[in-house]
Amino acid sequence: MKLLILLVVVVGIIAIAQLARVYELTAKLRKTREEEISYADNRLNAALWLVFMGLFYAGVIYLFVAYGDYAPPAASVHGDAVDTLMGFNMIIIVAVFFLVNTLLFWFAAKYYYRKDRKAKFFPHDNKLELIWTVIPSIVLAVIIIYGLRTWNDMTGDAAPDALRVEIYSKQFDWTARYAGADGQFGLSNYNLITPTNPLGIVTEDGIAESLAEINSSRDRLREELAYERGLLINEQQKIMKQLHGDHHHGDDHDMDAQLKQRLEERLAEIETMLNSGKTTVLTDAAIKSRRDRLKRLDRHVQRIMEIENFTFENEVAAWEAGKDDKIIKGEFHLPVGKEVEFIFRSRDVIHSAYMPHFRAQMNCVPGVPTRFKMTPTITTDSMRFITGNEDFDYVLLCNKVCGAAHFNMQMKVIVETESQYNAWLEQLDTFYVQELNEDDGNDENANEPTEMPAEEQTVTASLK
Amino acid sequence: MAANAHAHHEESFVSKYVFSQDHKMISKQFLVTAIFMGIIAVMLSILFRLQLGWPGESFALLEGLMGKWAPDGVLDRNAYLALVTIHGTIMVFFVLTGGLSGTFSNLLIPLQIGARDMASGFLNMLSYWFFFVSSVIMVASLFVEGGAASGGWTTYPPLSALPQAAPGSGTGMTLWLISMVLFVASSLLGGLNYIVTIVNLRTKGMKMTRLPLTIWAFLVTAILGVLSFPVLVSAVVLLLMDRSMGTAFYLSDIHIAGEALDVTGGSPILYQHLFWFLGHPEVYIVLLPALGISSEIISTNSRKPIFGYRAMIGSILAIGFLSFIVWGHHMFVTGMNPFLGSVFVFTTLLIAIPSAVKAFNYITTLWKGNIKFTPAMLFSVGLVSTFVTGGLTGIILADSALDVNVHDTYFVVAHFHIVMGMSAIFGMLAGIYHWFPKMYGRMMGSKLGYAHFWLTLVSGFGVFFPMHFVGMAGAPRRYYDYSAFEFLDFVMDLNPIISVFAIIGGLAQLLFLYNFFYSIFRGQEAVQNPWGSNTLEWTTPVERIHGNWPGALPEVFRWAYDYSNPNYDDDFVPQTVPLAAGEEEH
Repeated sequence: MKLLILLVVVVGIIAIAQLARVYELTAKLRKTREEEISYADNRLNAALWLVFMGLFYAGVIYLFVAYGDYAPPAASVHGDAVDTLMGFNMIIIVAVFFLVNTLLFWFAAKYYYRKDRKAKFFPHDNKLELIWTVIPSIVLAVIIIYGLRTWNDMTGDAAPDALRVEIYSKQFDWTARYAGADGQFGLSNYNLITPTNPLGIVTEDGIAESLAEINSSRDRLREELAYERGLLINEQQKIMKQLHGDHHHGDDHDMDAQLKQRLEERLAEIETMLNSGKTTVLTDAAIKSRRDRLKRLDRHVQRIMEIENFTFENEVAAWEAGKDDKIIKGEFHLPVGKEVEFIFRSRDVIHSAYMPHFRAQMNCVPGVPTRFKMTPTITTDSMRFITGNEDFDYVLLCNKVCGAAHFNMQMKVIVETESQYNAWLEQLDTFYVQELNEDDGNDENANEPTEMPAEEQTVTASLK
Repeated sequence: MAANAHAHHEESFVSKYVFSQDHKMISKQFLVTAIFMGIIAVMLSILFRLQLGWPGESFALLEGLMGKWAPDGVLDRNAYLALVTIHGTIMVFFVLTGGLSGTFSNLLIPLQIGARDMASGFLNMLSYWFFFVSSVIMVASLFVEGGAASGGWTTYPPLSALPQAAPGSGTGMTLWLISMVLFVASSLLGGLNYIVTIVNLRTKGMKMTRLPLTIWAFLVTAILGVLSFPVLVSAVVLLLMDRSMGTAFYLSDIHIAGEALDVTGGSPILYQHLFWFLGHPEVYIVLLPALGISSEIISTNSRKPIFGYRAMIGSILAIGFLSFIVWGHHMFVTGMNPFLGSVFVFTTLLIAIPSAVKAFNYITTLWKGNIKFTPAMLFSVGLVSTFVTGGLTGIILADSALDVNVHDTYFVVAHFHIVMGMSAIFGMLAGIYHWFPKMYGRMMGSKLGYAHFWLTLVSGFGVFFPMHFVGMAGAPRRYYDYSAFEFLDFVMDLNPIISVFAIIGGLAQLLFLYNFFYSIFRGQEAVQNPWGSNTLEWTTPVERIHGNWPGALPEVFRWAYDYSNPNYDDDFVPQTVPLAAGEEEH
C-alpha cells in the first residue's frame, strides 16, 4: 500500500513537471492569446462535462448500491420512524440532485461558444422565477411537517413507568447506573468522586470517605510545607532576630515574657525538625503550588459541607437513595420492548453518547444533565441472527471529540428479554456492597422503578 | 481623498509592497498569504488522511515531518487531533474568510463601483497586518510544547478550557485563542471599510440596482461579519478568562485529573451558542463571496445577462438574514429544548428556498448561452454543482429527527466540505483565474487551468462524496482509527480510496501554484478587457495605477449584465456606454 502511494506521488509529480514543461514550450510557440478560447478547447470542455457527468453518476450509483443500505435495521421504535423519514427525504434529494446536475452539465455541454451564434438575451421571467420559488417551498413544507412530527414523537415525555438508566461519561469510558431496589437514583455530586465512588453518589459513607481522602491530602501537604527546609530556616532566623536583634533599635528592651517563651519553644522545635531527617526541599514554585492546592482543598471541603439532605417525593431520603444503586462499566443491559429513559451526565468534558443501531444520540455535558428516551425492539440475539454475525453487539460510542482516546471510548449494549434482564440486574453488586447485606430482605420486583421525580431537582433538566 | 493625493507620489519599496495602502496591493497580500495558509492546510489534511486511509501503517514521511509526533512513522493520537483542528481552522478562517473576502472584496469593491480606493486605506492596511500576525501565530502554534489546539476547529470547552484535558489544550490553545482575537480584529476592520466604501463611494450613476452581484455579495458578507464576529470575540475572550483567570463562564461540576475543580455555575453550552451565532453566518461569509464571483463569471462567459438579477439580490439578502437565526441546528443533540429545536428546523430549511432560486437562476443563465470555457468559467460551473450537491444533504442535517443519527458523523464532514469547502474554493480559484490580469497585468495559462480544474473536480468529489456513506453507516468524525468497531468494517474500505483522491487532489494544486507564480513573472501580457466584460474594473489601464483611473472617474449608465443585448452588435455593452435613444434599462 505504501508503495502504491509512493508511486502515485512520484508519478504525479513527474506528470506535473512534464505538463508544466510542455506548457512552457508550447506557450512560446503559440501565438494565440490566453483569453481567446479556441473552438477545440470549448468543445473539449463541453464534452468533458458529459464525460464527468457519466463518471460522477456511475460513482454515485455504485456507492448507493454497494454502501447505501446501511444495514442492520434500526433496533428501536423511533429508529424505524427515523429510517422511514430518511428514506423519504433521500428520495427527494437524490431526485433533485440528478435533475439539477443533469440540467447544469447538459446546458454547459450544449451551449458552448460558437462564433456565428449569439446568446439569447433573457434577463428575467417572473413566471419562471415564481415557479421555482413556490415548488421548493411546497416540498420543504412537506419535509418540515413530516420531520417535526417525527421529532415531536421522539422527544416527548417518557412514560411514567419507563426504565431509567443513567449513562455517565468521563475520559475515556462509560459507566451505567441503575436505580436499585427503591427505584430512586441517589443524589450525586462531583465533589464526592473518589476511586471507590466513581459517580460521586451521596451517602454518609461517601461523604465521610471523600472527606477522609481530602484530609489525608491536606495533612500530607501541610506536613510537606511544615518540614520545608528553606521555610524553617527563614523562620528560625526571623525568631532569632526578634529575640536578639531588637537591641539595635533601642526600643522596648523588655520583651513580653510569655512571647519570649513561646518563641524559644518554637526555636527548639525548629531545631528538632531540622535535625529530624524528615525535612523536604521545595522550589518557590512548588511551595506556591502546594499552598494553592491547600486552599482549593479547603474550598472542596466547604463544598462538601454544603451538600444538603432532602427527601424525595416517595419519602426516600436523598442520602439513602444511592445506597442500593447499581453501577457497571464495560457493558449495560436493557429489556427489549420497554421504554427506557437515559439520563446523561459527564464528569470532565463534553462527550456524546451515540448508539447508531438505535438511531440515538445525546451529548453528555458536565453540569447539565440531558435526557433521551427510546424503546429497543430487537434483542442482541435476534440481531445476531439477522446480521448472520455471531459476535454482533450493539455499542454505545463517544461522538464528541474528547481527547486522545476518543476513538475507542465505547461500551457494549445488550438487549435481552425482560426475565434475562431482571436476572442480570439482580446479580449485579450494589454500589455499597456492605449496605446490600443489611438490606438483603428487599423485594426482588423492586427492579421496576416506581414513578419518580427528576433526581437533579436543583438543575434544569434540559429536555423537560 | 487620500488616494488622490498619493496618486503621483513616488513610492518606496516598503510603502509599495509592505505597508501599502493601495487596495490592489493589499488584495494581493491577502491572496498570497491565503495561498500559503492553504498549502499548509492541504498538507496537514494529507498527513491525517494517511493515518485514516492506512491506520497504524508506518510512513517515513510522517516521521520526517512530525518527529516526536509520529514515532516510528505512525501519527500520534493527539497529533492527529491537532492536525484536524488546525486544518479546519486555517481553511475556514484564514483561507476561505480572510483569503476569499480579503482578496476579492479589496480588489473588486473600488474597481467595480468606480472608486479611487477604499474609504480608509490605513484601516485596510491594518486589516491585512492583523491578518498576517494572526496567521503567523496560528502556524506557530503547531510548534509549541504539547502541540497545537486539538479540540476540533470549534474548540468546545471544557476540553479546550482545561489544560488537564488534552495536551493541545495548553499553550497551543492559548495561541489559537489569541490568533482568533487578532483575526476578528482584521475581519472587522476590513468589513467596516467594505460597507462604508460601497455605501459612500459609488461613482456617478452607480445605483444600488446597477451594482454587479459581486458587490452585493461582498456587502452582505461584510454586514454578516460585522454583526457576528464580535460575538466570536466574546466567546473567545470568556474562554481565555476561564482558562487563565479562574472564571467559570463555561465550566461547572467538573472532576478531572483526580481533582474536583473549584468552578461551578457555568455552562459549556453557552459557548456553543456564542460560537455558532458566529459559526453559522460564517458559512455564508465564506459562501456568498464565492456565489457573487461565480454570478459575475457565469454571466460574462455565457455572454448572457445573469438570469433574475433582482431575485439574485433578494436571495443574497434572504440568505444573509436567515443565517442569523439558524445557529441552533448545530446543537440539536446538546439537550436543547425540543421546541426550540423545531424552530431551528423551520428557519434552517427556509434557507433552501433562496438557495434553490440561486441554483435555478445559474442554470437558466447557461441555457441558450454562448459559453466560453475559460478556467474561471469551469470553476464557476463546478461551483454550481457543488453548491447544489452539498446543499441537498443539508436538508437531512437540518431535520432534527434525522440529525440525531448523523450528527458529528462523516455525513456532516461530507456535507460541509462539498457545500462550503469545495464551493468556496472553486469560487476563489475562479476569481483568481478571472481577475489575475487585473492583479498582475498578465494572463494565467488556460491549458494548465483546464488540467487543474478537471483534476480538482474529480478528486474533490472523489474525496467527499463517499464520506456520506461512511457517515450514514455511523462512523463518527475526528476518530483516529475505526478498527475498534466491527460494525463499521464494511465502509472502511472506502477510506484508502478517499485518501488516494486526497493525494491526487493535493498534487493537482501544484499545477495551480506553478501556473500562478510562473504567470506573475512570465505570463502573457494582458489586454485591457480580456474577457469582454461589462464591469468597470476592465476600463482601468492594464498598468494598475494608484487611484485606478488616470483621468476622471467613469460614469455609469446601465446595469452590469448587458451581454448579447439584441440592440447592439457587440455581445457586450460596458456599463459606461450611455443608453441609446429610447433604450430601456433592465
